[in-house]
Amino acid sequence: MFETLILMLDATMRVSTPLIFAALAGLFSERAGIVDIGLEGKILGSAFAAAAAAAIFGSAWIGLGFGILASVALAMIHGFACITHRGDHIVSGVAINTIVAGLTVTLSMYWFSMGGQTPTLSGDARFLSITLPFANALADVPVIGLIYSELLSGHNILVYLAFAMVPVTSWIIYKTRFGLRLRAVGENPHAVDTAGISVAFLRYRALIICGILCGIAGAYLSTAHNAGFLKDMSAGKGYMALAALIFGKWRPVPVLLACLLFGFLDAVAIRMQGVVIPGIGEVPVQAIEVLPYVLTVLLLAGFIGKAIGPKAVGRPYVKERA
Amino acid sequence: MSQAKVPTWVSVALIPFLNIMMAFIVSGLVILAIGENPIEAAGYLIYGAFGYDEGVGYTLYYATNLIFTGLAVSVAFKGGLFNIGGEGQAYIGGLGVGLVCLALDHTMPLYVIVPLAIIGAAVFGAGWAYIPAYLQARRGSHIVITTIMFNFIASSLMVYLIVNWLKEDGRMAPNSRTFEENAWLPYLHKILSPLGIEIGDSPLNLAFVLALICCVLVWALLWHTRWGYQLRTLGTNPTAARYAGIDTAKVTIWGMLISGGLAGFVGVNEIMGVNHSLLLNFTAGYGFAGIAVSLMGRNHPIGIILAAILFGALYQGGSELAFEIPTITPEIVIVIQGLVILFSGALEHMFKDRIEGFFIRRAVA
Amino acid sequence: MGVPFKADELFLDMTNKTMPYAIELRDISKRFGAVQANKDICLQIPAGTIHGIIGENGAGKSTLMSIIYGFYEADTGYIEVDGKRVDIRSSQDAINAGIGMVHQHFMLVENFSVLENVILGAEGGTLLKGGINTARVELQRLAQEYSLDIDVDAIVEELPVGLQQRVEILKALYRGARILILDEPTGVLTPQEADHLFRILKALKEQGVTVLLITHKLREIMASTDNVSVMRQGQMVADRETVKTNKEELAELMVGKKVRLTVDKDDAEPSQVLLSARNLSQFDEQGVKRLKNINLELRAGEIVGIAGVSGNGQSELLNVLSGIEPMSEGEIHIADQVITSKNPKDAAQMRDLKMAHVPEDRHKMGLVTGFEAYEAAVLGYHNSKTYNGKILMHRKVMIDECNERMAAWDVRPPNPHLKTANFSGGNQQKIVIAREVEQNPDILLIGQPTRGVDIGAIENIHEQIVKLRDAGKAILLVSVELDEIMALSDRIIVMFDGAIVGELDAKDADERTLGLMMANAYNEEKEGESA
Repeated sequence: MFETLILMLDATMRVSTPLIFAALAGLFSERAGIVDIGLEGKILGSAFAAAAAAAIFGSAWIGLGFGILASVALAMIHGFACITHRGDHIVSGVAINTIVAGLTVTLSMYWFSMGGQTPTLSGDARFLSITLPFANALADVPVIGLIYSELLSGHNILVYLAFAMVPVTSWIIYKTRFGLRLRAVGENPHAVDTAGISVAFLRYRALIICGILCGIAGAYLSTAHNAGFLKDMSAGKGYMALAALIFGKWRPVPVLLACLLFGFLDAVAIRMQGVVIPGIGEVPVQAIEVLPYVLTVLLLAGFIGKAIGPKAVGRPYVKERA
Repeated sequence: MSQAKVPTWVSVALIPFLNIMMAFIVSGLVILAIGENPIEAAGYLIYGAFGYDEGVGYTLYYATNLIFTGLAVSVAFKGGLFNIGGEGQAYIGGLGVGLVCLALDHTMPLYVIVPLAIIGAAVFGAGWAYIPAYLQARRGSHIVITTIMFNFIASSLMVYLIVNWLKEDGRMAPNSRTFEENAWLPYLHKILSPLGIEIGDSPLNLAFVLALICCVLVWALLWHTRWGYQLRTLGTNPTAARYAGIDTAKVTIWGMLISGGLAGFVGVNEIMGVNHSLLLNFTAGYGFAGIAVSLMGRNHPIGIILAAILFGALYQGGSELAFEIPTITPEIVIVIQGLVILFSGALEHMFKDRIEGFFIRRAVA
Repeated sequence: MGVPFKADELFLDMTNKTMPYAIELRDISKRFGAVQANKDICLQIPAGTIHGIIGENGAGKSTLMSIIYGFYEADTGYIEVDGKRVDIRSSQDAINAGIGMVHQHFMLVENFSVLENVILGAEGGTLLKGGINTARVELQRLAQEYSLDIDVDAIVEELPVGLQQRVEILKALYRGARILILDEPTGVLTPQEADHLFRILKALKEQGVTVLLITHKLREIMASTDNVSVMRQGQMVADRETVKTNKEELAELMVGKKVRLTVDKDDAEPSQVLLSARNLSQFDEQGVKRLKNINLELRAGEIVGIAGVSGNGQSELLNVLSGIEPMSEGEIHIADQVITSKNPKDAAQMRDLKMAHVPEDRHKMGLVTGFEAYEAAVLGYHNSKTYNGKILMHRKVMIDECNERMAAWDVRPPNPHLKTANFSGGNQQKIVIAREVEQNPDILLIGQPTRGVDIGAIENIHEQIVKLRDAGKAILLVSVELDEIMALSDRIIVMFDGAIVGELDAKDADERTLGLMMANAYNEEKEGESA
């Protein structure tokens, strides 16, 4: 039983990783006042770019670089529409998701002619798991050994990076000048503007960070979690990250917990497949799969707590005309 | 406030035209980048969509779905609501159609099943929109987020229902049994052929007529009824709506119900008109495409018909194109669709402000 | 055009003392599309003075200040600070030049603490810790120097308005502002808070800070400034030393012609009570009591004016009476109906009881600016039988009626298909007032009837209101313009902090009495006199 739990938590960490990156990406964006429905598209775009570059150059790191580039470029389109041209944030996000869904298939057909996939990656073209020091030696120690060797050790570097990003984000948001301004611009951009800070530049920087984090999430999917790009492989992770962002009320640590919860539910869903629980019967996998969405809806409706986002989020900033 | 006016043709024709041209130019560049000739590609595309009877039939068949979802997005939008959940509402609407057909196809004639199936689609689609609408109107949750969540919930629900309950016994394929033929919505080529009008075989069916009727009804509803007046007031100025004594919660909920019902009609076309069984993922992104259609059609039924036909042509022509030039996948159409959303939606101010400014300055001078 | 007073003399005088102006504007012009917001503005402000800029709404004051503060760039002209030409392209440039601004709508992040708000944009390093500590010390010093006490760790949204404004002032001073611009600073303040503000400004002046006070309130100009400049229709039309001018002259300069302070009307002949409010109260979402036990009667054939500094419950009163917002306690008696919180009526139902309402803010409430004029002209009455068939609306009826009204009310241009946004403020207001008045209501609630309306239209609107009264209607008038209240009302009620604090016959009303009542200081003063 304990071992099953550890294995499920282990799976939780793997599944949660892209959610954490993407949700933190959304946190930077939305805290700066830009709604980002386009997390999904950025993840998918990066997954493709990372897998394609990794396949061509044979290096997961170069793949990661290209993934980040692709994702940041998409974030800049979002910024160009929402910041420079005061476009609707939702519409822009939908546009990006749609473009990426079509473009990744089109380009992968052109480059690899494999029905919308990239070649299978192996060796240096993938991020492989890292065995932490003494993991093997400690494996037999009761309880702690299992936790250390199974749960904590044996992940690829991006998983550790995801967890490290949470305190880093927290620190940036709450302890630095940039973070103060970022939080301010999402609440009242006029206050930021009159304080002599460029609203547009600040928001663009937030979107660049958002792009980088989504880029890592995408690269994780195609070069670490899987061995190559598959059509539509983001499979709603961007939206689920958005749900986690709301569920975590736009704060780094609660967002992490939400991602872990959603990841855990995913691991449970896989575990429960075909399992008959005495007295209840077989729990349909779908019932567990939808829980993150149902929970988020309930939260938004105020049935479990209250989710209040940044005040100026989604509203284009226009200098008031006298 | 300036009293200068921008000429109507500029806002109704010129600006949408420029936006769509930008989308085409960028997609042309993509085609160029993958080493093909965009002009040649456009030729195949246009031929595929309009060059022969069957092609036209397919174009209008795709357009049927897009009219439904385009209208759905528009009605909600007129009330100031962004219904991004057309996909899920269409999916559940199809469930309504499927259940009616599965229940009645052994016992009832077509003319009984058709109205019931249409009602089924509307009720199920509207029902799926009701919860997000209620939560927005009464509990203040953001409709965009809830409708997105409901798309995923719809998807899981349909998988569960089809796989566990509706799947044909003893078969692996995740779809229901095929309906008896008296639950098939007639194909237009079959209706027209006895009248001496021969059009090529295509999935185009009576749902297209339903779509056109919906356009007229939506037009009348929005611009010629009290209810439409209230919806548009709410959409443009919610404070003025309260001042006018409009029950905003009620109008919000009804707006979403109609929106969801319209999206549900995709099920009539797909389930009853073409597939004749309940299956997974038949909505194939039409819900999202409706956003592009409504944006390009400027939320007006006539514009929506034109935009739907354009996108229908892209879908159909895209298949033709992929057949003629194998390096180009049909997904290029999705790229164009996304670019249209980008240019006529998210970047709408890019041309609009400059061009309108030009005309205002000219009018003043 | 040009500077009508002897600028050269003053200039010489100042240069003799080798003291350049704190700020000088040279030929500033700014155009927005077809609108010339500022034209050839010249202005010289000696250091260490309080300089008033007065003008009507829309005279171009705010645009000019936005140019000084770098929000807009002037099309032509330039600015000198301390005798040196400065290029102000952004707020940052303005801050660097020692200019600070207190905006009419505070530029504060509401869920931040006072400290966080103060250091925003002047954090003094990549990390916050150092800046916060420096600011804490510096704010203590400023608090002592200018008596600007405040709890620096308080969350801004939990502070009263007067203290929020103090945070704005502290923000500017913390950035080392030597020139402080205040844009309509007393609009949201109680009289006491306003007095305190002026004491602070005096203290600032004594420390050598130059203050620019933008207002349309003559009383404030007379009470607190050294010099005053008058703006009208985008131009600077006069500069005066405050001691050498008076209210009457300034008012005349402001409006360009003799102000018409009275409206021709006979004595009111009030008859039966058409509406009475008893013990009416309203709590807002935060549980704050916005309306406090209002008792009020409206009789046929009288105009009751509600005076008060804006934000003292007048808007809430209008909204509750007209059914837009629910009441929390009390009763409204109207046309043999009793409305309570348990038996509420919405705005549509109130209209059915023959109550019409011209809202205070026509853009936010009274009109749908995206609608064509004929559609906006039925807002609120869109369910009426006149405009509706069984299913469809009678567009032709609506358009014909709109044409008639536009002719009768002289709305220009008389085009029912023009978008309401494209009419001028005065014409928009006529569309709204015509809509409400032509319904032949028994009771008319009318808020800020002439806000943003040009002078010519004001007289017309005032005449219509009196005509309605003479026709035996009950009229409740809310206005922040004391002149308007005194000229139109038969009976004046004064509101303060959500409650009615005084009532008097219009004949007995004068500015001083009303002013004291609005400051809730009338009774104290009377007690003082009798003692």
